[in-house]
Amino acid sequence: MASITLTQPEIYRPSRLTLLLGYLRRNTGLAIGLFILLVLVVFTVYGLATADLSDAYPLSVKSKQPPSLEYPLGTDFFGRDLYVAMVVGLKQTATIGFLAGAIGTFIGVVLGFVSAYFGGWLDLGIKSICQILTPIPALLIQVIIAGSLDKRDVTIYTMAFVVVLLAWMGPTLVIRAQVLTMKERQFVSVAKLSGMGDLGIIFGEILPNLLPFIAAAFVNQVFIAVYASFFLAVLGLGPLREPLLGNTIWAAQTQSAFFNNWWWWPVFPAVALVLILGSLAFINMGLDELANPRIRRAE
Amino acid sequence: MVKLIIRRLLFLILVIWAASTITFFIPRLSAKNPVRERFAELARSGGFSPADMDKIIASYSTKFGLDKPLWQQYVDYMSSIARFDLGVSYNKYPKTVMGLIMDSLPWTITLLLVTTALSFVIGNLLGAVAAWPRAPQWVRSFATPFILFQGVPPILMGVLLLFFIAFKLKLAPLGGAYSTGGIPDWSSPAFIWDVIHHQILPALALLLGSVGGWVLTMRGMGVTIQGEDYVNFAEHKGLDGYTIFKDYYLRNALLPQATGLALALGTVVSSAIVIESQFGLPGLGRVLDSAIRSNDFLVIYGVVLFVTIAVATLMVLMEFVYPLLDPRIRNA
Repeated sequence: MASITLTQPEIYRPSRLTLLLGYLRRNTGLAIGLFILLVLVVFTVYGLATADLSDAYPLSVKSKQPPSLEYPLGTDFFGRDLYVAMVVGLKQTATIGFLAGAIGTFIGVVLGFVSAYFGGWLDLGIKSICQILTPIPALLIQVIIAGSLDKRDVTIYTMAFVVVLLAWMGPTLVIRAQVLTMKERQFVSVAKLSGMGDLGIIFGEILPNLLPFIAAAFVNQVFIAVYASFFLAVLGLGPLREPLLGNTIWAAQTQSAFFNNWWWWPVFPAVALVLILGSLAFINMGLDELANPRIRRAE
Repeated sequence: MVKLIIRRLLFLILVIWAASTITFFIPRLSAKNPVRERFAELARSGGFSPADMDKIIASYSTKFGLDKPLWQQYVDYMSSIARFDLGVSYNKYPKTVMGLIMDSLPWTITLLLVTTALSFVIGNLLGAVAAWPRAPQWVRSFATPFILFQGVPPILMGVLLLFFIAFKLKLAPLGGAYSTGGIPDWSSPAFIWDVIHHQILPALALLLGSVGGWVLTMRGMGVTIQGEDYVNFAEHKGLDGYTIFKDYYLRNALLPQATGLALALGTVVSSAIVIESQFGLPGLGRVLDSAIRSNDFLVIYGVVLFVTIAVATLMVLMEFVYPLLDPRIRNA
């Protein structure tokens, strides 16, 4: 008997990078969003590494200069190099967005889990508080909070704190809804029957399945935080000394920049904010598709 | 139905109570004393000695009831809100906060009504058409630029429009309610046209910043509805495309959008307020803006509380409109 030797055919396994790039090609929203964000990060990091950051504060350069080779984005009425102000402002915007986004998502995940998983009075309480607070326009309440603070006390961190105070209800309700459907699934029942504890089920069974939703909630939360801090800053309630993007636009408005022909002063920060918020919106749309494959039918 | 109305009204009262409680406690939690702050500002600009200032502050605190225990202040505050009394402006004394709000309200309401209605209609039509497979491709592609704009908030749209249209192309004024030197005379058509001319750009900013959201949600809604059995049934009955689009497709897709309208109200009003201060229009935005600049606390709190209560009330009232839109709810 002749033995038959089977040659295992080479199986082509694409690397993780190829898979990721392939997915990004299908999910254009996510790809565009990540690309814009990457460009902004590179711009900021390059600026932080090369520029003299003290030029972002008043009285450091010649004032009211239009964009030129020396000052790519011009300088403002107070003698700030607006290119450096943009770099510092982008970094501060990122700080606020990341901090407030992370804290808000964390509170949302914890409250959402507790509410949905344990149910009963706790659920009723958390749900009712969220529902009562939802119709109240958070941006305006934040105006009161920021307006009650002493102007000298307002820093980037208090801004993040003010923003997060009224921005945890959204993620709480989203996570709660997801946990509610998740905890009825069979794999959770199996885990329960096999004697797994509450914590084990939450961290071992439900949480990993919720990660795409948490990621989407986080990006959404960063968007809200960036927008809310911009809203407060553009009303003159931000940390006035800092070159936060919204502050720069506010300062330009107070000095009637357009009437005085200093168009570059408000326009560049506005474009930067459009890019930030746009990229976050694109990423959010892309993550929605990742988390909720049903939407894919829409294309 | 009666039960539902009572439940919604109780919910509304709870929301208003929560909003007023937040606006009562937040300022009092901070170390800032509005009366002292205001007089410190006056003292800096010259005038009286610090000792006199303490006396003045004490007498003002008694006048405004700031020396009473907290719970009594809270009760007084709540009962004054129930009487629509929001206090007086420090800066424009003896004008009341309510008076300032009422003077500026018509401007804000007009701007909001026009832009919200336009953006709702345009956005939903574009979104519905974009998802309608029988619409010609060139009509469907109208929606794309609006979807791209969707992430741009109206306030930033305002800056960009000011730059391109008012500053570069000089097609619109840079701000203000009417031309400088214009005399407010509502009977002259020239003046009214001048006012409209000044409102176009802010309205456009609000419109462009909000249409995209409607297009996006409506398109998603439309895609789901196309697959429904009743739409297939209507097609097989041989109804013409226009009837299917209008009665079977659009009408059902619009209902969730009406809910969205209520939810979007808070954001729209907040944007309108900043837009007004940006373009120097005489609305609530300018009242709030000048109050923030001059530390006129009661005006800040009053405007915010007023808008908050108005938005919450409208949101709850919107729910009473659903039965009119949807016979399924009406007959249930």
